Amino acid sequence: MAGFKRKEGREMVEMNTSSLPDLIFTILFFFMMVTTMREVTLKVKFVVPQGTELEKLEKKSAVSFIYVGPPTDQLRAQMGSGTRIQLNDRYAEPKEVMDFVAAERQGMVNEGDQVISIKADQHTQMGYITDIKEVLRKSWALRLNYSASRRN
Amino acid sequence: MPGLNTSSTADISFMLLIFFLVTTSMDTDMGLARRLPQPPDENQEEAQVDIKSRNIMYVRLNSEGQLWMKDETFSDYVDISILRQRVKDFVRNEQNFSKWPEKHVKNIDLLGRCFVTDKHVISVQTARDTPYNAYFQVQNELVAAYNELRNELSKEKFGRTWDNLTTEEKDAVRQYYPQNISEAEPKKYPGEK
Repeated sequence: MAGFKRKEGREMVEMNTSSLPDLIFTILFFFMMVTTMREVTLKVKFVVPQGTELEKLEKKSAVSFIYVGPPTDQLRAQMGSGTRIQLNDRYAEPKEVMDFVAAERQGMVNEGDQVISIKADQHTQMGYITDIKEVLRKSWALRLNYSASRRN
Repeated sequence: MPGLNTSSTADISFMLLIFFLVTTSMDTDMGLARRLPQPPDENQEEAQVDIKSRNIMYVRLNSEGQLWMKDETFSDYVDISILRQRVKDFVRNEQNFSKWPEKHVKNIDLLGRCFVTDKHVISVQTARDTPYNAYFQVQNELVAAYNELRNELSKEKFGRTWDNLTTEEKDAVRQYYPQNISEAEPKKYPGEK
């Protein structure tokens, strides 16, 4: 009878895994290139408006974010539901934007490239935005970006 | 000499990979790019520039987010959907209509002698309690109007869309249709704090 008889003395050859680390490193580097660090914990919640004439934010290192909106649900009990401005990890007043801009500008290769991205909730009152804009203008941070999502 | 045992390198790099997956985000940030005017010089007295009223188009947003437009020919509350076409007609002023921005000769590299309306101003005014979304939509429409005008000119003069122009060509088109959007301080009405 014909059978599949295992030949004597033949052992299972182990797979060569010496290139596995290289492989994983490649994936790692890929992710390091295409993603950005999550920099702040959001303390305000916002739904950005929708637009059609949007541009992508290039040069991530030159972009600073200002968040505007009501406090998140966890913080609502303490902070109320009024509009707040978040710079880095804390709530701030509009006039503090000037220091924030100066601090962000430190260590930038080309200061003229600095872009301020305003991520504001669509129901925010314009007064807050105008105050921020006025301070930005005084601190010579003139390149502005109103964060938005694409409308189809 | 025994070789270094590298069997754990894969695990280490996996850990790094997972760390990066958790701490980073992939979402691309998009937004409407605008440029603020330079701050006024405090030492100098503000030069009052007189702008002929035919050159100005007012776009105002009230506290309910309603849009009000005014130029020499028209003034009323309008829907945002007609804003783009109105701004385009106003800036282009094809017929050299005497109530829309004045045209004058300007020499532009690559385009030669052109009749341009570069003295026009679109003045956007908001109240303090205008919803941000209404303001954003107006900005979006204004940028869209300029983009369409520039795109049309690019196709006419260079046979290509705006995105495919070289830097010099873009510069020429920008000189033909400069973006003159002025944002005055928000209106404070009497009785308002």
